[in-house]
Amino acid sequence: MPVMDKLKAISGKAAIVGVAESDEIGRVPGKGPMELHAEAGRNALADAGIDKSEVDGVFTAGYSTYDIAEYMGIQPHFTDSTSVGGSSFVIHIAHAMAAIEAGYCEVALITHGESGRSNRARAAGNPGLPGAQYEMPYGIMGAPIGYSMACNRYMHQYGEDRTREAMANIAVSTRKWANLNPKAFFNDVPMSFDEYHDSRWVSWPFHLPDCCLVTDAGAAIVITSAERAKSTKKGAVRVLGAAEGHDHGILHQMPDLTRTWGRHTGPQALEMAGVTHSDLDLAMIYDSFTYTVLATLESLGFCEPGEGADLVANQRTAPGGDFPLNTSGGGLSYTHPGMYGIFTVVEAVRQLRGETGERQLDDCKLAMAHGTGGTLSSTGTVILARD
Amino acid sequence: MADGYNKPIPIPQPESDYYWEGAKAGELRLRHCDDCNQAYFYPRNICPECGNNNTSWIVASGKAKVHTFAIVHRPPHPGFMDDLPYVPAIVELEEGPRMATQLINVTPEPEAISIDMQVKVVFESITDEISLPKFEPA
Repeated sequence: MPVMDKLKAISGKAAIVGVAESDEIGRVPGKGPMELHAEAGRNALADAGIDKSEVDGVFTAGYSTYDIAEYMGIQPHFTDSTSVGGSSFVIHIAHAMAAIEAGYCEVALITHGESGRSNRARAAGNPGLPGAQYEMPYGIMGAPIGYSMACNRYMHQYGEDRTREAMANIAVSTRKWANLNPKAFFNDVPMSFDEYHDSRWVSWPFHLPDCCLVTDAGAAIVITSAERAKSTKKGAVRVLGAAEGHDHGILHQMPDLTRTWGRHTGPQALEMAGVTHSDLDLAMIYDSFTYTVLATLESLGFCEPGEGADLVANQRTAPGGDFPLNTSGGGLSYTHPGMYGIFTVVEAVRQLRGETGERQLDDCKLAMAHGTGGTLSSTGTVILARD
Repeated sequence: MADGYNKPIPIPQPESDYYWEGAKAGELRLRHCDDCNQAYFYPRNICPECGNNNTSWIVASGKAKVHTFAIVHRPPHPGFMDDLPYVPAIVELEEGPRMATQLINVTPEPEAISIDMQVKVVFESITDEISLPKFEPA
């Protein structure tokens, strides 16, 4: 089990000093995924005011670090290609912090890039993996189907109408945030509750607006020691807490379809940071689907199992509400290239720095960013604070 | 192979040959840990609970109840286009383990299917080597 005394000793010792997207996000047919990695990496280093030559730690998922580092002309002394789906890049933050604290590197670059919209070709996968034998032959492939099956179980346990109302609240409030974000895919496309309820089915119980976008996008994060962070362009957003893990790979092996590993990472990250849920000014929760948010909020401990519908009721999570959630517009309405987790961190850092324009929260000091990967399989949680 | 079958087809592995041979013969074979005295799914030689390989095979009754399901309206793969809407499911076998499958001989509407409904295995032959265990109302 994680050793809390040791974790508390490194709380705040590393800081995020640069965040960025690729030059363009959304529809970017003219650029491949590696270019999106490299653009975002370059932009995040510029955001930090750190030269590429200083990068000595490289972290990525979807590619090996040697592919990305070679492309960018970086020769790192510490590398981590941990690849557990969309949560990977949030998990890399904890790994970077540990590596920096141990002395393996000082400036860590985490990059992401995918052409989910323009390059729909999917790798055939490894036929020896259990999913290829025991799920795919039944048409259980692609995220909407697995997640919708989990959601139906939740509806069975806690009530279909109540769950549907929560999903609609999440979809609509997230869209309102996107309407305030010029970079959001659905920036100029409002959505009413009626439009949500009248939309077509993708995989019942999911309507189309229950499902994330599929976009082209890259993003990157620069992390360094709290000491080195003092001489960066925009200063430090400290990493106070971090936690990760997973309890299954493929859907039917999930112990409880209504509870994610966030049940461990939420409490661990908060305890490491020495804060509680009510201290948070912002929650950036991976929204691959509306249901992902509902199950994740409960798992993270924002409320009890089955009470998520109350937590998101009456547009509390929308602009002006008292529980700001996914202020970028999220994977549902801002961008979602495939493994979206890194974008929860980009937005959290920008909110903490006061850089988000029309959607800026008042006095945002403490934020949670949370990634989910696989089929509700892996989670990574970080607690971030403005210096 | 059934003419025109263009969905993903399982490729048996060393640990699952016996499972797929069973399905072709009309048996749902499960791995059983003789130390834990518990069946488990999917087939692997080492028990995921205790880590021992004091394991054997049993033949399941084929009785199960629906743990969850979805009704797919947009195909994840061209092979499922003609099946829409279809009903992927997770069922809980009488012996305890859960497995992924598809419900057949049901009306693909939320009102027509219920979680916890009783179902039984049927084997659908898709190639000379492979039959898929699917489930229908008991």
